[in-house]
Amino acid sequence: MSDRPVTANSKRLSTVQDPPSANFARAVWAVVQKDLAAEFRSRELLSAMLVFAILVILIFNFALELDIKVRQSVTAGVLWTTFAFAGTLGLNRSMAVEKDRGCLDGLLLAPVDRAAIYFGKVISNLAFMMIVEAIVLPVYSFLYNINLFDPGLLLVILLGSIGYTAVGTLLASMAVQARTRDVLLPILLFPVAIPVLLASVKASGGFLSGAELTEIMPSLNLLIVYDVIFLSLAFMVFDSVVEE
Amino acid sequence: MQAKPLALKILDITAVLLFAVGAYMALVYAPTEAVMGQVQRVFYFHVATAWVALLGFIAAGVTGVIYLVTKNMKWDIVEVAAVEISLVFFFITIVLGSIWARPIWNTWWTWDPRLTTAAVTELIYIAYFMLRQGIEDPDRRARFGAVYTLVGAVSAPITFFAIRLFRTIHPVVIGSPSAEAQGGFSMTADMRTAFFFNLFAFTVIFVSFFWNRIRMGQMQARVEQLKLKVMQ
Repeated sequence: MSDRPVTANSKRLSTVQDPPSANFARAVWAVVQKDLAAEFRSRELLSAMLVFAILVILIFNFALELDIKVRQSVTAGVLWTTFAFAGTLGLNRSMAVEKDRGCLDGLLLAPVDRAAIYFGKVISNLAFMMIVEAIVLPVYSFLYNINLFDPGLLLVILLGSIGYTAVGTLLASMAVQARTRDVLLPILLFPVAIPVLLASVKASGGFLSGAELTEIMPSLNLLIVYDVIFLSLAFMVFDSVVEE
Repeated sequence: MQAKPLALKILDITAVLLFAVGAYMALVYAPTEAVMGQVQRVFYFHVATAWVALLGFIAAGVTGVIYLVTKNMKWDIVEVAAVEISLVFFFITIVLGSIWARPIWNTWWTWDPRLTTAAVTELIYIAYFMLRQGIEDPDRRARFGAVYTLVGAVSAPITFFAIRLFRTIHPVVIGSPSAEAQGGFSMTADMRTAFFFNLFAFTVIFVSFFWNRIRMGQMQARVEQLKLKVMQ
């Protein structure tokens, strides 16, 4: 711990030079850039998530006999199950990589607010999830001849993914520090993510069946409320999760 | 090792006596409900155990916050006690509810907000213990436990409201019932006595369990300390 004074010093220096908000944003962006650069060089995470997502759709195809009538009612559910499963895979991996190679300790030593590390991680996880969704949606449209390019549906997917990664990133950073980490994340995440999945499925189903906006609004509001609550909660407690 | 405090001994005996009287009130004293018959008697224990489970749930959330602020291990022990008691009582509530629901709703289970929230809370609690089990360092275990109870305590009410967007058939005996509720009834004076007595009895039982469990947690912590001392 000989470098403690140095990090404390540099923190003081940098806060003198810049307004704290710019500093925070730069730290968040640095974490995002690091994750994206690492991912676009190795493509481990994205390829695993993508192949897995397509396999899930394939399994649903045979498990539910997705013929034209069934498809109308279950598309929202199938899509969100796929996103949730692929998302867990990505969340777990993105934190496990940090832990295994000792990167997390490096990140924690950086003279920045730890919440910046959390938000950076959320944004990069969100980016991976959105990339997977951006590929799964056209594939699903192509396979089942359903038009999924509804701006409302895209909004729901954005809001749902934010909530899912917000709470998922927090829980993944705990799960990777446990002995049973490979199996722990879904068990921790799914019970607390039920409101997001429920509201997302309901809102997506509403947009796909062309329901009135007044019918969809409660679910959309719920998604926004969930996103805000869990982003702020994680912001407050993330320090206790990574503290040594 | 400290002996069991006298107040706790008295509390334990009171809890047992209250439970016996409560059972008498529910099974014998309260009149049989006209439409549902004997199975309605489940109600007295069902609501009382749900109430106790809710007390434990709130206590766990609050002590989780207190732990994160103070970082004092004694609050971690309280939190585990609250979660454990709440886990068991929610389970009893669900089982009793199912016994009642089979003849009245004609099904053991339905995805109603209350039922689902209770089930999800159980899953959160089980996940809580699995998380704790996987971590050896006591400080980290306590921190993660507190964070997870906090996340669970915030998420469970949202789950409740999320499912409320759908319709419910769960009866509301206290307060205004919804039009779709099935199996509701209004209480007579005797039923009300039995009901509130059981609520009180289970609250005392809860306090007794809670105290005993906290004491057990303190002893466990002490045993661990002694073990470490012997190894050194």
